[in-house]
Amino acid sequence: MTQAWNMTKTELKLLLRDPMAVFFTLLFPLMMLFLFGSIFGNEPDPDLGGRGSVDVSVPGYIAIIIATNAIMGLPINLATYRAGGVLRRFRATPLRPAVVIGAQVAVGLVFAALSSILLVIAGRIFFDLHLPADPAVVVGAILLSGASIFAFGFILASVLPNARTAQSVAMVVFFPMMFLSGAALPRHLLSGTIQDVAQALPLTHVVTLVDDAWSGAGWNVGAMLVLSIVMVAGVALSARLFRWE
Amino acid sequence: MDDVIEVSGLRKTYGSLVAVDDLSFSIRAGEIFGVLGPNGAGKTTTVESIAGLRRPDAGTVRVLGLDPVADGPTLRQRLGVQLQQATLPDRLKVWEALELFASLYEAPADWRRLIEQWDLTEKRNATFASLSGGQRQRLFIALALVGDPEVVILDELTSGLDPQARRDTWEMIRAVRDAGTTVVLVTHFMDEAERLCDRLAIIDGGRIVAQGPPRDLIALAEHDIHPHDVRAARPSLEDAFLALTARQRRN
Repeated sequence: MTQAWNMTKTELKLLLRDPMAVFFTLLFPLMMLFLFGSIFGNEPDPDLGGRGSVDVSVPGYIAIIIATNAIMGLPINLATYRAGGVLRRFRATPLRPAVVIGAQVAVGLVFAALSSILLVIAGRIFFDLHLPADPAVVVGAILLSGASIFAFGFILASVLPNARTAQSVAMVVFFPMMFLSGAALPRHLLSGTIQDVAQALPLTHVVTLVDDAWSGAGWNVGAMLVLSIVMVAGVALSARLFRWE
Repeated sequence: MDDVIEVSGLRKTYGSLVAVDDLSFSIRAGEIFGVLGPNGAGKTTTVESIAGLRRPDAGTVRVLGLDPVADGPTLRQRLGVQLQQATLPDRLKVWEALELFASLYEAPADWRRLIEQWDLTEKRNATFASLSGGQRQRLFIALALVGDPEVVILDELTSGLDPQARRDTWEMIRAVRDAGTTVVLVTHFMDEAERLCDRLAIIDGGRIVAQGPPRDLIALAEHDIHPHDVRAARPSLEDAFLALTARQRRN
C-alpha cells in the first residue's frame, strides 16, 4: 500500500512538471468552457429544451477530460516509459507489476477528477452553471465512464512502442472522437448520419450517460451497457496484449 | 560455502534465435562472480533470468532459494539490479529517485549516504535527463544498492565512467562484497573482470565455454594463447578470453 502511494505520488509530481500534460489534461477543458461560455452564455434557450449553452456543454467537457487523460495521457506516458526502459527498471524492483501500471492509471484518474472539479467550480462562478439535482448519479456516471474509457485507452497503452507512435495514434483516435461524440460540439448541431456513426464511439455514450445524469433524466441504461462492455473488453484485451518492452 | 544462485540447464529462445542453451553455473555467497562474453553471447538474457525478468524456456534458476519468476517481488526485496537499457523518467530528480526506490524495500539502506558515496551530492536536485552518462551510471549503481541487497547484479558496471571513476567504483564494489553482498558482474572489460572477480564464467553463443577463477582460466587457455604483445610478461585474461571464445567458434 505504501509502495503504491509512493509511486502514485511520484507520478503525480512528474505529471505536474510536464507543461504539455498540464495543459491538455487539466486546462484544455477550462479553455473550452471560457471560450464557448463567453460566446454563447448560459441563458435558458428553447432550442436546447430550456437549458443554457454551458449547462448542455459541461457534460461533454467532462467526457473530454476523461478522454484526454485516458486516450492521450495514459498511452503516451506508458509508451514513453516502455521505450526508454523505465518500465524495465521498475520491474527490477520489488514492486508488483500491477502497482507500476496502477500508479499510471491512478494519476490519470486524479488529474481527471481535479480537472472536472475545476471545470464545475469555474462554470458555477462565471456562468451560473446549473448543478445536478442528484449529484450521486452524476458521480456514478462519471466513475463508470472513467473506468470504461481508461480501459479503452489502456489497449493503446499496452502496445504502442514509443512516445512518437503513441502521440500520433492517440491524436487520430482522440480528435474525431471528441468532435463526433458530441463532447466538443453540442450533438444537435451534428447531422443525423454523423450522429448514427458516432454511436460506434464509446465517448458518445459517455456524453449521453453524463448528460442524462446531469439534466435529471437519470441513468441511461443503454449507455451504461455499452460502456460496461467496453470496460470488460478493454481490460481483457489489455491483459493479453500488454508489453513491458 | 553456500550457493546463493544456482542455474541449471537454462535455455531461452526469442523466436528462432537461441539466446542461451543448457547453461549451468552456481554462484557462492560473498563472491564477485563475473559473467563475460562477446556481444550477443547471452549475458543479458542470463542475468535477466536471474532477476526474474525473463521466463526460461527450460531449466531451473534458484536465487536465495527462490524461483525468480514465481517469487519475483519477494526475491527482489533481497536482490538489487543495475540493468542495461533501463532509464528513469526525465523529470525525476536524483534524490527523488533514491527516496522512491528506498521506499519500495522493507529494509533499505540509507539513501542519503549512497548519494555521498556515489558522488552525487552536487547533483541531488538535478533531473535525470540533465545527468551525464557517468552520473546516470553512478545513480543506477546506487539504486541497485538502495535496498541493501544480499545479491546485486551489475550489468556493464563501469560503462560510461572515466578511468578514475572506474577504479573508484571497483574499490567500492569490493567494499560491497566485503560487507557480505554477493556481486554478479556482467562485463566485457577484461581488466575489470581480471582485477575484480573472484570467479567468472565465459559465455559464448549461449553456452558456457569456461568457468573458474581468472588465474585458472588464463592457465587453462595458455597453450592456445598467442599474446598480442610479445613483451607481455604473462598472458592476460583478454588473451585467454580470445582463445576460449575462438575455440568455441571453431567448434
